[in-house]
Order: sequence, then structure tokens, then C-alpha cells
Amino acid sequence: MALLEVRNLSVQFETDDGVVQAVDGISYSVDQGQALGIVGESGSGKSVSSLTVMGLTRARNARISGEIHFDGKDLLAASAEDLRQIRGNEIAMIFQDPLSSLHPFYKIGKQLVEAVQVHQDMTKAQARDRAIEMLGLVGIPDPRKRIDSYPHEFSGGMRQRVMIAMALINDPKLLIADEPTTALDVTVQAQILDLIQRLQSELGTAVVMITHDLGVVAEVADDIAVMYAGRIIEKATKETIFAKPQHPYTWGLLKSIPRLDTPRDQELVPIAGRPPSLIVKPQGCSFHPRCPYRHDACLPQDPPLEPVPQDPGHGVACVLAHDRREQIWAELRSHA
Amino acid sequence: MSTPSQEQARPPLVEVRDLVKHFPIREGIVIQRQVGAVQAVDGVSFDVLEGETLGLVGESGCGKSTTARLITRLLDPTSGSIRYRGTDIATMSRRQLKPLRREMQMIFQDPYSSLNPRKTVGTIIGEPFVIHGVEKDDKRRKARVQGLMETVGLNPEHYNRLPHEFSGGQRQRIGVARAIALEPKLIVADEPVSALDVSIQAQVLNLLRDLQREMGLTIIFIAHDLSVVRHMCDRVAVMYLGKVVELATSEQLYSNPQHPYTGALLSAVPVPDPILAAAKTRQVLTGDVPSPTNPPRACRFHTRCPKAVAGTCDVTEPLLEPKERGGEAACHFPLSSSEVAEAVPTAR
Amino acid sequence: MGPFIIRRLLWTVLLLILISGITFFIFYELPTADPAALRAGRSPSPETLALIREQLGLDKAWYSQLWTFLSDLFFHFDFGTSYVNDLPVREQLFERIPATGFLVLGAAVVWVVVGVSIGIVSAVFRGTVWDRLLMGGALLAISAPVYWLGLVALYLFSDDIGKFGILPGSGSYQDADGFFEKGHALVMPWFVLSMAFAAIYARLLRANLLETLSEDYIRTARAKGLSERRVVLRHAIRSAVTPIVTVLGLDIGILFGGAILTETVFNIPGVGRYAFDAIERGDLATIQGTTVFLALGVAVMSLIVDVIYAYLDPRVRY
Repeated sequence: MALLEVRNLSVQFETDDGVVQAVDGISYSVDQGQALGIVGESGSGKSVSSLTVMGLTRARNARISGEIHFDGKDLLAASAEDLRQIRGNEIAMIFQDPLSSLHPFYKIGKQLVEAVQVHQDMTKAQARDRAIEMLGLVGIPDPRKRIDSYPHEFSGGMRQRVMIAMALINDPKLLIADEPTTALDVTVQAQILDLIQRLQSELGTAVVMITHDLGVVAEVADDIAVMYAGRIIEKATKETIFAKPQHPYTWGLLKSIPRLDTPRDQELVPIAGRPPSLIVKPQGCSFHPRCPYRHDACLPQDPPLEPVPQDPGHGVACVLAHDRREQIWAELRSHA
Repeated sequence: MSTPSQEQARPPLVEVRDLVKHFPIREGIVIQRQVGAVQAVDGVSFDVLEGETLGLVGESGCGKSTTARLITRLLDPTSGSIRYRGTDIATMSRRQLKPLRREMQMIFQDPYSSLNPRKTVGTIIGEPFVIHGVEKDDKRRKARVQGLMETVGLNPEHYNRLPHEFSGGQRQRIGVARAIALEPKLIVADEPVSALDVSIQAQVLNLLRDLQREMGLTIIFIAHDLSVVRHMCDRVAVMYLGKVVELATSEQLYSNPQHPYTGALLSAVPVPDPILAAAKTRQVLTGDVPSPTNPPRACRFHTRCPKAVAGTCDVTEPLLEPKERGGEAACHFPLSSSEVAEAVPTAR
Repeated sequence: MGPFIIRRLLWTVLLLILISGITFFIFYELPTADPAALRAGRSPSPETLALIREQLGLDKAWYSQLWTFLSDLFFHFDFGTSYVNDLPVREQLFERIPATGFLVLGAAVVWVVVGVSIGIVSAVFRGTVWDRLLMGGALLAISAPVYWLGLVALYLFSDDIGKFGILPGSGSYQDADGFFEKGHALVMPWFVLSMAFAAIYARLLRANLLETLSEDYIRTARAKGLSERRVVLRHAIRSAVTPIVTVLGLDIGILFGGAILTETVFNIPGVGRYAFDAIERGDLATIQGTTVFLALGVAVMSLIVDVIYAYLDPRVRY
């Protein structure tokens, strides 16, 4: 049984401008010790879906439907108190900007100890030892001394390590990382990704890596889900997504990013247009206004995620015939 | 010092020599004395050839943004010379610089804060005309502004809209339109696409490339994203802690990096290909970038360099010199081909 | 922290000298009446006037007078001598400071507790009926003039004339003896004085708290699994309250000389009342002395508040 199972999750927010359909019926699962990469741009719903798993979107103006099962428990039916006991304990989350994500007025030792004591029955001294242990594990030099420093006294990379230490301090089964390296320099990013992978194999933690960077998921993820306008439009193993993608948006992403491994003078092919409004979504397939392969069948309905013949683990939400898609990708590839 | 090689017959548009910018740190109870300095840019020399796109890459604190601002004289250099078309502009007064400002323009990183939210798009793009007293007739100016809007891919009917009514990518286009309004010779683009969504980045990058071809622009392109720089730039300068550590053509730099720092940078870039990703032995640098207030002696990179040799690297500062495998690097022990192949699978 | 405090201290001393100098010039340049004439009493002869002028040192040059003023002030803590009753201003001030101090500090405790509590409730239940009621009530409290509130309070609760005579009335402070009796006499003045401030602080805290609650580190605190109560009271309040501290210090400093209306309505012999009486009587020396004293008070409070702020926010220290 999967560790985390999300089925048909939808999240709507009521705002002054209208109802924002942030997440529109997505389903995915994460197994023990596995890494799922969720790829999407701003407005794709990738962050909202994970915040909902954590129970952090239960504001008054939010409407959530669907199912979320974690370790056998039904998270959407759980009480706020039950969820609170799972947060930071069995499921932990780290965020993009480590400077603003740590309280500026409290020493990191205090913040780490707090994370331990809210879930485990330890004395302050024991919690402090655990904190020092974790700081060492994530590679903070001289942890015994630095535990009494303030967040602004660390560099960006070190702060993110502190956040990781704080997230893993209660040995969670699942770590959700929301753009953890986007705000960091590339060499620091490499260190952090390395660290996450190492901890994942040492501690057996499952990871959900949310990012817009296809390079990051190529390194870290086992499976990948591509999100657009609140829906998952393609889902497969990492190898499949990069070798045999079948959704025009995925193609668009792969063709529009500059890469180190393709010829320098190869044209970047941008995706035309802009991401859609989540209040007034396009009729039918939410990507079709920008899709170079659109036709009448793209309306009236948003195509559901359906498995590709011969590969049930590969889901694509597109009305184009499977053969046609393979053909297009072969053409696009040969232009490389 | 970098000199154009035989093949590059293009004259240099900008020549930077020994450029230094130190930001003083002051301390003191009553009277503030300078106790140190942030050595943001510490002796940088390079040429920018006419019509080329030169990339400046590096991580936070390397001094690339400061260098850009020094070249456009948004900052005053502590010492050194900046020759624009033969004339040294490093110590020119504001008045003397004004006519030159028509020829040098900047595009900034954050499309959300670099446009005045209270001015209409038409006013923003038209400002250069007003400042330099060009096209005083309102109607004709408006026509030119609308022409510019079309050139960058904006709808000219949106002339009277405010910045917040546009998306990030569109705002960046507004910045571009304003920069090219007076047909400058040099554009300094400071991380122009870093704040944009991936699918929009390509649109703006293509726009810049097209404009460069049509208008014969010279571009200094600053970015931290090495893939973007490779795509856009003819030559690349890699900076670390205020110095240029490698300067080469894109071809040379990305297939044959010489400096270990360049190697580490390239090794760190996540490539969207799982097979390559698994194949590489990534060279992960240890530790953090040292503080620019107290940079390491001699070679600044020696504290983190896997190839550093005590007695040489921490004693003698390597100069930026041509290396036998092409390009210039400031290193006593540049990377060998096998080292490159191991750490950077994308190099060929 | 050390150099920071020393630097601020030196600045404060400089500031105090500057304030005293400016005060001196105001009174030197713009006197509404001839101090010697005021001093002399009815129909003085020119000789008497001249004599008094010499006694007061008014015949000397302005810089000489300024120097005398400043040196008296800083070396002897001499705030001058009243023209009206010939008593040193300093003694008179010191007699009245306890009363004002008790009034202002007591009121400060009330308004901080009430204001912060209302602010928290309003922010946490933002947009609901409670929020609107509380903020509406705050608006009323700010709009109501202090003297009106004072009179209404007396009318309702004063034990000698009020409808529900439960609290000591006007003038009772002077008759009261000892800490608790005096405190009892101040209960009504505390609430009257603090109402407008409580309302302002409530609104201020609500705004700060709402902003803080949308910060990233609050999201992290929730993601750690902390109870909402802990998130608000330990994490959010800690940040939201720091601007309040700055405002509080200055408010207390200013109120020391500015609680005139409350002191009048309730007949409390305080510093504000003293200064006001001096103004009515044109007692320039007292006015001058009191002005300097109160300005010094505000400058010192400002220093204290800055130091506390640096203690609360570690980023400011460097």
C-alpha cells in the first residue's frame, strides 16, 4: 500500500475576484522511501496540493474535496488536532526561502527544540541533544556552538540545512520539499540536493519534490507528475517522462529550456501565450489555447488522465491519439 | 588582460581594466572610521567586443551585478578604467555622462519592482525620449512608443495601462522596450529572465536575440543560470569573489572548462536528462563562499578547490592568462580533460 | 550591543543640550510679558524693575544667559525658580512626579493589556462579527474626548455624586493615604485615560498581527505541528509587538506632561496640571523649567525604547 495516496483532490478558494480553482481533481501516490517530483510553473497548483496534504489550507474560504490517505489514515476526515499531531512529526515540509521561513527573533536551537518537544516526550536537554545531532547530520560545522545562533547569522545554504534538520528531527515518513533550492546558488543547490538524497537513502524517508526545474527532478525523483492549471497532465517514471513524453505541455517545457546537453545554437521554442486564469479557466482542455496541436476535440471537456497503452504507469491527459503523440515527439526529437 | 584573438576582428566597444569597487565598512562609537571593506569587485579586466553578447556568470557575492552597475556608471568605481569607444568614463561627471547614457542602457531583474507602478506603460517607455530631449512632439513620440511596443510583442493599444495590469513576462518586455527606445549601442541585462516562469523565459530570450540581430546591439548578459548563458552568449566571463577566474568563448567554456570553479559550477547544474544525471560524479564544493570582506590570500578559490596545492595556490595569485586548451583562466593547475569528462558529462 | 548603547547615550546627551537650548531661545525670544514686571508685582518703579532685572540676570547678553541656564541645568539640576511663588521648580516637580507617575504607568498597564488582548482577538477572528464590533468600539473610544469620558465616569461611578457610587470620586487622590488607597482612587482615572490609547493600540496590534500572520515563518511554525495558540502567542505576537514597544515608550514620555485633562477632572496634583497652571499665570521660569524637564523625559524614554527594541530584535543589534 502506498504511503501517501491522493485521489481526485480539488481545492477551491473564494476570493473577491471569484472562485479560484487552485487544484482541479488530481490523483497521485507516493510509496515508502520513494521520491515523487511534481513539476509545474506558478499557478499550476503544485504548492497548494501539498499544503492541503499537510492540512495547511483549511482556511474558512477554502473548499476541499477528494481523498487523501496517509499511512492508512484519512487526512481529510481527520480533526484539526489529529492533523496537527501528524504535521512536523510524520509528514514534514520545507519551503523555498530559508531566511523568511525561520523566525528571525529566536535562536535556531530554540526553534529546533520546539519542533521536538511538541511531538516527543523529551526534556529540554534531551531535545537539545537531538537538535545538535541533527545539525551535525545535515552538515552544519560546529553544531554545539552554532545552535545558539540566530537565523540571520547563517548563509543561505546553511539556513536551508537548518530547515531540513528541523523537518527531519522527528523522523518523518514523508518529506515535502517546496522549491527548496530555487533561492540558492547553483553550487549550494547541488549540496542541498545531495543532502536530501543522502538523507533519503539513510533514513528511508519518502520525498515529494516540488519544483519548476526539470533538471532537479531528473536527479532526485523516481516518478514525475507534471501539473498545469491545477491538473496533472502527465505522470510517469522519470525515465519515461524524459525519453517518451506524450503531452504537448511537457514537450513545450522540454523544448523551451536552454540545456547544457544540446547544441548551443539550437533554437529555444517558447510556449506561446500565458498561463491561464484559475478563476475563468478555458473551456475544455486548460492547455489548448496555447497548444500548437489543438483541434475541435480539445473542447468541450478537460481530458482525464488516462494510461498509455503498453504502459499503465504512464498517464497522459490529452485527446490526441497515442500514435499521433509518439509521432510528434519523434519529430520534435529529431530536430535536436 | 584579454585581447581579441586573430579571428575576432571586431573592435572592443568597452574595455575594462583593473576595475575595483570596495564598499567601506564603518564602525565607531562617535566618529565612524573605516575598519574594512567589502571587496565586491577587486581588479577585473575584460573587453566587450562590438556586436557580441558577453556573459558574466557567478554566484551570489561574486561581483557580477556590481561590475554591471560600474560599467553603466550607476556606481562610481574605487579605481580602474572603463573605456567606452575609446574614452575613459570611469571618472566622468554626471553631466558628461548624460549623452553617453543614450548609448548604454540597462534591463533589470525584477519585473515587479523595476517599473514605477504609478506611471502608464506609454509614459515609462516614452521617458527616455523626454529625458534626452528627443521627439518633443507628443503625437510623434506616442507613435514611436507604440512602434516599440509592437517590436517587443506588446499590444500598442495598451499604451495607457499601468504595470500591474501586465504579467511578469510582459513587464519585462516593457523594460526591454524602454531600454531600446533610443537605439543604444550597449545593453546591460542583469538577470533579465531569472524572475520569470520557465515557459516565458524562452519568449524573452528569443526577443533579446532577435533585437540584437536587427539592431546590432552589444549585450552584457548577467545571469546565474549557466544553461541560459550558454545559449545566449558568445563569450563568457566567470567571476568568483570579485575576480574573473575564466574568460573564454561559450564553445570553449562549456566543453573545455579550465578553472576548477567553472568545473564545479558546470558539474552542479542539474541537467534534465536522467541518464546523464546518473552518469556524472558530481563535484560538490564543500563549505560556503568566503566573505568578500576578508577574501582568501593569493588564489581566492584555494580554500574550496579540490586541486589546490599548498605553497603555490595560497601564496601566489594566479593571473588571468591564455591556456593551451583555449580561453583564459586564472589558475595554476587547470582541469585536465579527464577531470572534466568525469564531473561534467555535458562537456564534449 | 555595548557600542550601540554607548552611541545612543552620547546622542541623547547631545539631544538634551539641543532641546534645552531651543527651549531657552523660545522663551528668550518670545516672552509674552516682561519677566521682571511679572516678578515685581503691581506698579513697580523703574528702579525696582532694574533691580529685579539684575537679580534675574536679565540684563546680561543672551549667550551669557544661555550659559547660565545650561550650566544650572546640567551641573546643578536646577530647573529655575518660579516667578510666582519663589520656589524652585525642581522641588515642585518632584513633589508632583509620583502622582503623575502612578497615574500614567497604571494607565499604561491597563491600556497595553486591554489593547493587546483586543488586538489579538480581532486579528484571529478577522472579518467576523466580533472583529467588526471590537474595531467599531475602538473607533468610539478614540473619538470620545477624555474630559467627557472623565465626567461621565464620575457621573456614573463616583461614590459621592454618582449613580452607582462604587469608586472614589474627584479629589479623592489627594485625600488618599498609602499605596493601595491611592491606587483605589486612581481606578477611574486609569480607565478614562487609557481608553483612547487602548483603542489605538488594539488597532495597531491588529494590523501588525495580521501582517505577521502572513509571514513565511508562521507557515513554518504551523508546518511543525504547533498548536494555533502557540503559533499566535509565541511566534506571531513576538514579532507584532515590537513596533508597539516603540510607541509605548514615547506615549508614556509624552503623557508625563500631557495628562492635563485627566488630572483636572479628577483633581490629581500632577505635573501636567502644574505646567498648565504656570501657563495660565504666565510664570515663565516654571514653564521653561517644566518644558525642559518633560523634553528630557521624552528623550530618555526614547533611548530606553530603542535599547529594548534592539533586545527584542536581534537583527538590529548589528
